[in-house]
Amino acid sequence: MRRWLGRQLHLVDFTLGALMRRKGRNFMLLTVYTLVIFMLASVMFLGSALRHEAATALKGAPEVTVQNMVMGRHALSPPEWVERLSRIRGARNVHGRLWGYFYDQANGANYTLMVPPPHARDIAVREGETVIGASVARLREVHRTGYLFLLSPAGKLFRLKVARTLPHRSELLSADLVLLSEKDFRTFFNLKPRDGFTDIALAVRNSNEVPTVVNKITRILPGARVITREDVLRTYENVFSWREGIVLAMLAAALVAFAIFAFDKASGLSAEERREIGILKAVGWETSDIIAMKLWEGGIVSAFALVFGVAAAYAHVFLLDAGLLAPVLKGWAVLYPDFSLTPVIDRMQLLTLAFVTVVPFTVATLVPVWKAAITDPDIVMR
Amino acid sequence: MKCRIAAREVLFDMRRATVAGIILGVGLTILLVEAVHARLTAPASAGDAARREALVRQLGLTDLALFTEARYVRHLSQADMFTPFQDAPSAFEHFPSGTLVAPPAHLKRHGGRLSARPIGPIERRLP
Repeated sequence: MRRWLGRQLHLVDFTLGALMRRKGRNFMLLTVYTLVIFMLASVMFLGSALRHEAATALKGAPEVTVQNMVMGRHALSPPEWVERLSRIRGARNVHGRLWGYFYDQANGANYTLMVPPPHARDIAVREGETVIGASVARLREVHRTGYLFLLSPAGKLFRLKVARTLPHRSELLSADLVLLSEKDFRTFFNLKPRDGFTDIALAVRNSNEVPTVVNKITRILPGARVITREDVLRTYENVFSWREGIVLAMLAAALVAFAIFAFDKASGLSAEERREIGILKAVGWETSDIIAMKLWEGGIVSAFALVFGVAAAYAHVFLLDAGLLAPVLKGWAVLYPDFSLTPVIDRMQLLTLAFVTVVPFTVATLVPVWKAAITDPDIVMR
Repeated sequence: MKCRIAAREVLFDMRRATVAGIILGVGLTILLVEAVHARLTAPASAGDAARREALVRQLGLTDLALFTEARYVRHLSQADMFTPFQDAPSAFEHFPSGTLVAPPAHLKRHGGRLSARPIGPIERRLP
């Protein structure tokens, strides 16, 4: 065992020496490899942390939401729907929700204006007052005046006293929220009570009965669309998963990078490397020794790239709040939540990342070496 | 100065495998420290998460405020089939964040039919 270990250590020494002889090329390779892993791991960490955040926070989302659909578009739900839905056995706490979007011409940001539901006693808003998300407060600098001024779609200026700002730590959910009283909301959007609500939310007494209640709703209101809490949670289960936009784009870029690596390696060894293999064979190295040396080469480069790439990705996402990914997420939005994510590490994803990066690289290193190593040293050196 | 020369000599005397092992060890230690950081921040984060869940429960929120540029990504779970394409007939959606997230699963499950239909308990459990 000790002899085997000593042999491997010598092989590592020799491999490192060979790597150092082509310092510039190998350093570039290691840098690109580490960067690819850093990018993939960053997106992976961000995705798993956001999925975890959504799964824990949205447990409190309404059990069932009913939307009115007119010509494929979400339309206002008539007020009598509330009464009709209240008659369903098993449904409780049926209430119309009032929420909508507002484009602030002053700064180009989009806000979500909302009336707190009747049961939200802790966040009840009085007429002429508002409770706003921390991002809105920051963007509109409400600390200076204590008021939020909004120009309604009808061109009327609204002056709302900021009663409270929602906690900074809830920005991921409340960044763009502007909470108003029902009267202010209806006046702002020029909505009459007979126009109804944005949608209707309800709870179900026994959670096992949700499918039954959904069936009953679709029978009573065939034109409505029903979204359950399970649907909401499932929507965010897939956010930033491997199959989706940004990750797919990153994965594609990484695969192209690896294809270039592999092509570089598989297209043949440099004359110097071939000579080196020839000399080693001539001085008595076995083919297996040369392959072991190259396995160490692939393994060492991969281990360095993986360890430092993953460590940097963790620091980037959880200590520096994913600063490099923020512009991608922000898009054209003026208002973007300032949030810190809870570190969540998905071991399975890490293993997958290690597998899809380390194995192809090592194999790509090995194939041309094996080809050279089984050839006669005299031919290789020529 | 002598000390620096001595340190350099020690480094040069070390076999390459040892130096590589030390550097890799440093990397692994950083990873270990990060794992400890994740473990230590968990209790404080759990408190924040509970407060966020309470806010969601009180206000009846349905989505993360991750994207605020377009309504179909701001309230991803509430979006209908046509929201990204509503500006004009056959108009393409044009917000960058629309390319970052996929449409909600329940939208795809309804297969283009926007009106809800009776869904049995077995079908609801299907992915």
